[in-house]
Amino acid sequence: MSDSQNNSVAFVATEVIPQSPPPARETGVVKWLRENLFSSVTNGILTLVALYLIYQVLSAILPWIFNGIWTTNSLAECRDILQGKTGACFSVLTERWHQLIYGFKYPSDGYWRPNLALVLMLVAIAPVLFFDLPRKLLIFTALYPFVAFWLIWGGTILAPLVALVGFVVAGAFFQVFGRSSFALGFFGGIVIALIVWTVGGLLIPEGASDNALLPAVPSRDLGGFMLNLMLGVTCVSLSIPLGIALALGRQSDMPLIKGICVVFIEFIRGVPLITLLFVASVMLAYFFPPESTVDLFLRVVIMITMFSAAYIAEVIRGGLAALPKGQYEAADSLGLDYPQAMRLIILPQALKISIPGIVNVAVGLFKDTTLVSVISMFDLVGMIRGPILASTEWNGVYWELFGFAALLFFVVCYGISQYSQWLERKLHKGH
Amino acid sequence: MTTLTDPPKESFRLSMLINDTRYRSLTFQAIAAVALALAIWYLGNNLIQNLRAAGLNISLNFMSDPAGYDINQRLIEYDSQSSHARAALVGILNTLLVAFLACITATIFGVVAGVLRLSNNWLVSKVMAFYVEIFRNIPVLIWILIIYTIMTAVMPGPREFRGDNATSSMVLDLFAFTNRGIYVPMPFFENGLFGNATLNWVLVLLVACGSWYATRTVNQRAANIQADTGVRPKTLWINLAIWLVPFIALMFIMGLAWEVPALKGFNFKGGIKIGGPLIALWFALSIYTGAFIAENVRAGIQAVSKGQTEAAAALGLRANRVMNLVVLPQALRVIIPPLISNYLNITKNTSLAILVGYADITATLGGITLNQTGRAIECVLLMMLFYLSASLLISMLMNIYNSSVKLKER
Repeated sequence: MSDSQNNSVAFVATEVIPQSPPPARETGVVKWLRENLFSSVTNGILTLVALYLIYQVLSAILPWIFNGIWTTNSLAECRDILQGKTGACFSVLTERWHQLIYGFKYPSDGYWRPNLALVLMLVAIAPVLFFDLPRKLLIFTALYPFVAFWLIWGGTILAPLVALVGFVVAGAFFQVFGRSSFALGFFGGIVIALIVWTVGGLLIPEGASDNALLPAVPSRDLGGFMLNLMLGVTCVSLSIPLGIALALGRQSDMPLIKGICVVFIEFIRGVPLITLLFVASVMLAYFFPPESTVDLFLRVVIMITMFSAAYIAEVIRGGLAALPKGQYEAADSLGLDYPQAMRLIILPQALKISIPGIVNVAVGLFKDTTLVSVISMFDLVGMIRGPILASTEWNGVYWELFGFAALLFFVVCYGISQYSQWLERKLHKGH
Repeated sequence: MTTLTDPPKESFRLSMLINDTRYRSLTFQAIAAVALALAIWYLGNNLIQNLRAAGLNISLNFMSDPAGYDINQRLIEYDSQSSHARAALVGILNTLLVAFLACITATIFGVVAGVLRLSNNWLVSKVMAFYVEIFRNIPVLIWILIIYTIMTAVMPGPREFRGDNATSSMVLDLFAFTNRGIYVPMPFFENGLFGNATLNWVLVLLVACGSWYATRTVNQRAANIQADTGVRPKTLWINLAIWLVPFIALMFIMGLAWEVPALKGFNFKGGIKIGGPLIALWFALSIYTGAFIAENVRAGIQAVSKGQTEAAAALGLRANRVMNLVVLPQALRVIIPPLISNYLNITKNTSLAILVGYADITATLGGITLNQTGRAIECVLLMMLFYLSASLLISMLMNIYNSSVKLKER
């Protein structure tokens, strides 16, 4: 049998046939297109619809951008040059650049001051955002608020110095007395700081700002995108400590303190930011002493800080709840008291979990700073809606201005959210 | 030899207030109570002094005074002689209207974008990712302004519809898109069973509810039969009949007709007018919040492990059954809690209406009424009260729904 089989074979391959290339439809671009764009009839239709939409949008926007005019002084001149063609009138951005960025009342010879403050802010914020940088830089971060205040508002350097001295004295007091009793060090530090500020405030001579190195700029002269950035940065950084305190208060087993925190958080989260801004603009003045004048910027900062503190408190509460109970028990069994356990064991871990949430709140808050235009503060949107669109030269230049505002916010917010995702990946101690 | 003795009777010492954990919390709470009382006393005292200096007092009597201003967009009867309270009520209804509409459309946008972002079509998923990133990272205020500008500056005026060679024309001869708003045909009944138009619509609503209840009963019966015998009776035609037959019959009896908007004089008359501010607010809130909902939907679907889909496919379920019976019920549990907070955000963001002149509660009570009467404290507090109760109500309703789809654990 086996012989006959051997003989019946007419051909025996003696060498391996070389691999033939895959069919053209299974390689390269064609394969990618087939798999990703035209894998089924529905997908094909979806692709075509999407392509059509993209074409429509691009064919409307691209000529508009590339025909754009950058050098005229009014919309009418733009129209003269374009003569009916599609084209943007970007000259509004170049001509009103300073108004868009700094507002229309900031002294024009002082524009370098907010610019320098912004650059320094990037330096100050770097060690907070990137943990690999040397920790010594945090000293500059701690000094930054006083430097920035002096740069932007100008006036006498004594005011930020007194504030700084108050913090330093309070910190020193806490270092000395906080070791034996946290409460004594903490509350004593606050009292000492208040005393330093009151005494220091009396020591600053009347009219010290008149001949100061940097001329004083009142808060109502701030505006433009600078105002959005200032509100965003100030309120987020102030609301993080307040948010931590509220979150810890809400977790507390003391019913009164817990009740206060719950009512505060739920109340703030239940009302829109705009009502809180109304409170700042029309109502808060009634609650200050009759002769005092607290300016609108400070009132708005107070209300926005309270607003974001409530949201940050909820984020941190989530972080606290996500920690395994063993961590709390381990801290107890080591004999740590409440402040020690919180500072050394609980908060470092809980805050790490909460960072993405806090960044989300920060992005949302930064977008919400545009709402101050409703209570007639001239931030970026306020400038566009108010002085610029109402001027005779630029009445009717909507898309260039709104597009510019949208672009600025997009760049900042998208940047922050990309950072948050990077940080999440970095902090993720994967299993 | 040990002797058992009672521990020495400790007498209460003052230092125990701070050092003994039994009393320390009491001490702190007492301090907090005193600080709170002091703060309230201080603020209240300032308030009283300031009010006395300004010659004001706190009272709600102004709410019954005639408002003296007109409101374009209103759901109930109102004229300038109506009271401030009535104006506030108009504002509340407008707020609820735009919040309701925006919640529905935002959910639709969000679900579509979230599902499409997971599509295996590369181009579509990229387009959706672009939509989500663009709309999430630009303030909703700017979106409202952009869409309001489109509604007022780009749309043609009514006079451009005039004449034989008009530059604009109505879409399908039914809809008119003008810079004063969008006009759509209005259904009405020629010989309604009741004299009042509202009662006729309530009747339609009741019939729809009846149909819904009937189909539910039919489906439950089918499910019971399926559980007993394993064969599910066909219910499609019965359900269709239950929905359509009473509805068509009712429409026929009452004589449904459409009032089509038409250009008369300087403006369009007839039909339903949806004002530009409402459209701007509605649409902007929908696409903005839709981008957030899309991310929640995507996260929810991705949270269902792939093994679930594969197991369902291994059981022989078709793709749409896999989605409806296996993936969605599990994804919903992840999606709903953030969805609730998105609905709350929409409700709170409707307060931006004041920017485009839509007469919501912030624009009536917090805007014109406040400016006319100067009653800042009362107006702002009433406004906050409304938003607070609306937020609590929405989260309560959605939490009830959430607990009904939650995993039933033993």
